[in-house]
Amino acid sequence: MFYREAGDFKTSYVDDSQTFPIKFDRYRYYVVLVVAFGIIPFIINDYWANAILLPFLIYAIAAIGLNVLVGYCGQVSLGTGGFMAVGAYACYKLMTAFPEVSMFIHVILAGGITAAVGVLFGLPSLRIKGFYLAVATLAAQFFLVWLFNRVPWFYNYSASGQINAPERDTFGILITGPNASAWATYMFCLIFLTLSAIIARNLTRGTIGRSWMAIRDMDIAAEIIGVNPLKAKLSAFAVSSFFVGISGALFFALYLGAVEVGEAFGIQKSFLVLFMVIIGGLGSIFGSFAGAAFLVLLPVVLKVVGADMLGWPTDIVAHLNLVIVGALIIIFLVLEPHGLAQLWRVAKEKLRLWPFPH
Amino acid sequence: MPEQLVFAMEVVLNGLMAGVLYALVALGFVLIYKASGIFNYAQGVMALFAAMTLVGIMQGQVPFAHLINATFGLHVTHFGWQIPGFIAILLTMAVMVLLAWLVQTFIMRHLIGQEPIILFMATIGLAYFLEGVADLMWGSEIKTLDVGLPQGINLWIDERTFNIFGYGFFIDNLDIVATIIAALLVAALVAFSQYTKQGRAMRAVADDHQAALSVGISLNFIWVLVWSVAGFVALVAGIMWGTKSGVQFSLSLIALKALPVLMLGGFTSIPGAIVGGLIIGVGEKLFEFAIGPLVGGATENWFAYVLALIFLVFRPQGLFGEKIIERV
Repeated sequence: MFYREAGDFKTSYVDDSQTFPIKFDRYRYYVVLVVAFGIIPFIINDYWANAILLPFLIYAIAAIGLNVLVGYCGQVSLGTGGFMAVGAYACYKLMTAFPEVSMFIHVILAGGITAAVGVLFGLPSLRIKGFYLAVATLAAQFFLVWLFNRVPWFYNYSASGQINAPERDTFGILITGPNASAWATYMFCLIFLTLSAIIARNLTRGTIGRSWMAIRDMDIAAEIIGVNPLKAKLSAFAVSSFFVGISGALFFALYLGAVEVGEAFGIQKSFLVLFMVIIGGLGSIFGSFAGAAFLVLLPVVLKVVGADMLGWPTDIVAHLNLVIVGALIIIFLVLEPHGLAQLWRVAKEKLRLWPFPH
Repeated sequence: MPEQLVFAMEVVLNGLMAGVLYALVALGFVLIYKASGIFNYAQGVMALFAAMTLVGIMQGQVPFAHLINATFGLHVTHFGWQIPGFIAILLTMAVMVLLAWLVQTFIMRHLIGQEPIILFMATIGLAYFLEGVADLMWGSEIKTLDVGLPQGINLWIDERTFNIFGYGFFIDNLDIVATIIAALLVAALVAFSQYTKQGRAMRAVADDHQAALSVGISLNFIWVLVWSVAGFVALVAGIMWGTKSGVQFSLSLIALKALPVLMLGGFTSIPGAIVGGLIIGVGEKLFEFAIGPLVGGATENWFAYVLALIFLVFRPQGLFGEKIIERV
């Protein structure tokens, strides 16, 4: 009944190659956009923005970035936290050095700088594969965090070693610092997320995305049929780090405001984003959204249910949180190794035939 | 003899000792990876869990006391007895075997045939789960662990080196004990895998799952066995590290210390884990001693990884790893 191709005739090549070929899917997508851009900014308040929406939007960008690398190109990376830190510190240096420039440009430049660093740390991937590579990317994680901790130039010689986001605006609207309004920060992140998703989606179904997937499925075979592994792997690292860098910049400038690098961008962050990608679904843009939403909402829900409704002590709730997250990850992997995106695909397939069984 | 050189020698000695402890953790990884192709991230948390269980049993703590108290409004904390270290170690070992069985039955058996990355993620999930359970069971405060291992400066070495170099080396007794125990452990593991029926079956499984199945080796049993052995190694590592720096959350981070050791030595080689551990231990201590002060210190956080990374670029399978042969 839903998701039917019937009656939706494609009369041009443009029609045929659009992102959402099914009419119902397309309308659903427009509805989501209208709600996200047209309704939520008017009803948003500080609690919703800071507890749920901002982390969701920012982690979704990071998850899209990591999904490009892990899900599409098959290069496992545990350096996401380090690359987010690069984005955050690049953004901070740019914000303090050029106060009059728009934040849009700062965030995009921060992404670009992170992409360059990502390519640098992606170079070993040409020699090292699989788990060896995963562990090798940990070198990026620890080295970058150490660098930002120890070299005072990065935090402008501040006494605390922290970086604090100064007040900056874009098009005259304040979006960083404590006085920024919730809707402005929300819209800023939402625009970046939407752009990231559209870019990632179109990259992954084009030439470059196909070369990534060829490398992922079997790199030697891909090389034999003419995919250049150097270009494919490094471009995946660059694109992935670009998105991750943007998310790091937003995470620092809009969400946290003040960052201590070891705490905000430690190894835990790398794992968190990797979990989002795996729970959401490897090799799926929708999966990145689903995974980010799931892991952002889970602790909030647990806290509301455990601490506020049942009145348990907070340390027990924190420990239970670990247990439940761990158990859920295992249950998910056992029941559906392809993640939430696969569940969604199955549901679509069922809905297409509903209410008939065949 | 110039003073700097003597200091450097002391640093190297201490680095060797630290390397032994890294190797001890890396060994647990290698065992599981060889036998089942699973890269077990939870090894560090297993060491933490084992150490916490050991302390809990020795002091007669009531498991899940905090949770029970919060739910039923009681105030129980201890059973009121003390259990001697040796028996407590045996009991903890029983817990680790039970854990191995649970892991195999409820997690790994359902994931046979999945991609390695999925298995890896499952062990990270297990790490979170175990960490939470350990905190819930025994409480998250820092505990001291004392099973009667000697600690403090070794006076004999101090005196001897003072007579030779005019400067006494600081070598911790615990490190010496750890080195001896690690050597014994490795010898025992080698003997076990060479001379016992189960050990041979374990190596057969490591070689080829299907061939092992076809000659009648139960994969299920072998995997439980392997996880138990890894649990035992985790227990030993947990005792050593727990005695050294207290039983606390940071204990589980030694897994991260063991990873570069693995890369350097190769994921599939037991001698590799030991040699890799020694190289990393000496390397990072020497680097911190020589270069550290110039660049702001705390280079131990990343030096091992960068060393391993550079090394891998030239030899992608590690020092002793099996040669990676790829076919289309």
